[in-house]
Amino acid sequence: MMSNDIKHHLTDDLLMAYAAGTLPEAFDLMVATHLSLCDHCRARAESFEAVGGCVLQDQDATASMSDSSLAATMALIAQGAPAAKPARPGCSVLPAPLQDYVGGGVNDIKWRSIGMGVKQAILPTTREATARLLFIPAGAAVPDHSHNGIELTMVLQGAFSDEVDHFARGDVEIADEDLHHTPTADISEDCICLAVTDAPLKFNKLMPRLFQPFLRI
Amino acid sequence: MPRIVVMFTEIDTVTLDEPVAERPALKPWRTKKRIRGKPVNKADGSCETRTEWVSHVRRIRDAQDQAAFAELFQHFAPRIKAFLIKSGSDAALAEECAQEVMATLWHKAHLFDPTRATVATWVFTIARNKRIDVLRKQRRPEPEDLGWGPEAEPEQDNVIALQQETAQLRNAIAALPEAQRELIEKAYFGDLSHREIASATGLPLGTIKSRIRLALDRLRHAMN
Repeated sequence: MMSNDIKHHLTDDLLMAYAAGTLPEAFDLMVATHLSLCDHCRARAESFEAVGGCVLQDQDATASMSDSSLAATMALIAQGAPAAKPARPGCSVLPAPLQDYVGGGVNDIKWRSIGMGVKQAILPTTREATARLLFIPAGAAVPDHSHNGIELTMVLQGAFSDEVDHFARGDVEIADEDLHHTPTADISEDCICLAVTDAPLKFNKLMPRLFQPFLRI
Repeated sequence: MPRIVVMFTEIDTVTLDEPVAERPALKPWRTKKRIRGKPVNKADGSCETRTEWVSHVRRIRDAQDQAAFAELFQHFAPRIKAFLIKSGSDAALAEECAQEVMATLWHKAHLFDPTRATVATWVFTIARNKRIDVLRKQRRPEPEDLGWGPEAEPEQDNVIALQQETAQLRNAIAALPEAQRELIEKAYFGDLSHREIASATGLPLGTIKSRIRLALDRLRHAMN
């Protein structure tokens, strides 16, 4: 599953916030999906977890536990381990964290058309931020749009290009308010991406904007 | 002209192609530095230069050793509780969660990889996930597992190196100016948004990052 060809990585602030556990769920999903494909960022994220370990070690042990707490914990342990998650069958497109949110592999995604052959599937996360899968037919473009907040887009299948660069499997594009772009899928293969945003997108053409309330994007 | 959001500027210490020495030279970190007024490398072993907690976890994994667990509990449970209280939990909930975190440590002892994390780091990740689950009521997506390969036990040299490098990291954090150290703590207690966190980076992570990368490469190699 891992790709050594990833050129566009996650930023330190996102990895540190993931390690600290302070991101909205949709962003956690993006980071976990990228780390499944990118050992470079996984090592960076785990080194930020080491910082968390140091912070934990340096806590004063003054918040003393009650006298019965060890016995209570042994009783918890005696109840047995919680059931392990059922193993997912392998999927060459969706890494494990995404399979958990889709409830299966790439063929189980419940796509909804948003026009011009582009489809999306919104994933169930908390509402602070939105995660969705995007399907862009080979050679097609997503309408020119900008963003109110931050938008991360990671390629899972195929590739796309925009005004910034070319993005292939595992690559993450980070866009903010100042970026207006028209991502266009490579002609060779349909493109599937994971896109995460903390605010609605602003489409620059009239029709897509009218649809925004219905599309929840 | 749209401004391009550059993603690479912060990655300056490790690149994919950078050759990593098998045994990086240990930096002569200032062993006289003190953590909050307490000497580092204390004789009572509260510093992580020793690998004893690793053997405690192994004793739980291999022999369900309750005495080893009791010692781990005595050391870590109050720290987990303090960490959760600073993250916004009340004392009763923090105590309950600390017990659940320690129970998880018991059940997951077989998953602990001492070439990628110290016991303290591992405990931190379990406590963090408990906080996300209980306080923030969110699911926590985790990266795909990299299971253990046929190599049953990691080499002790690699275990010791990772533990030592984490101790050096801890010393380096202790040596930071007070304001920056407080920023880091705030980030891990959940008091900073990820955009605010950007200013809290600049931590000396180069060596430990390379060490973890080696451990990941080893796992990948064992899987293939």
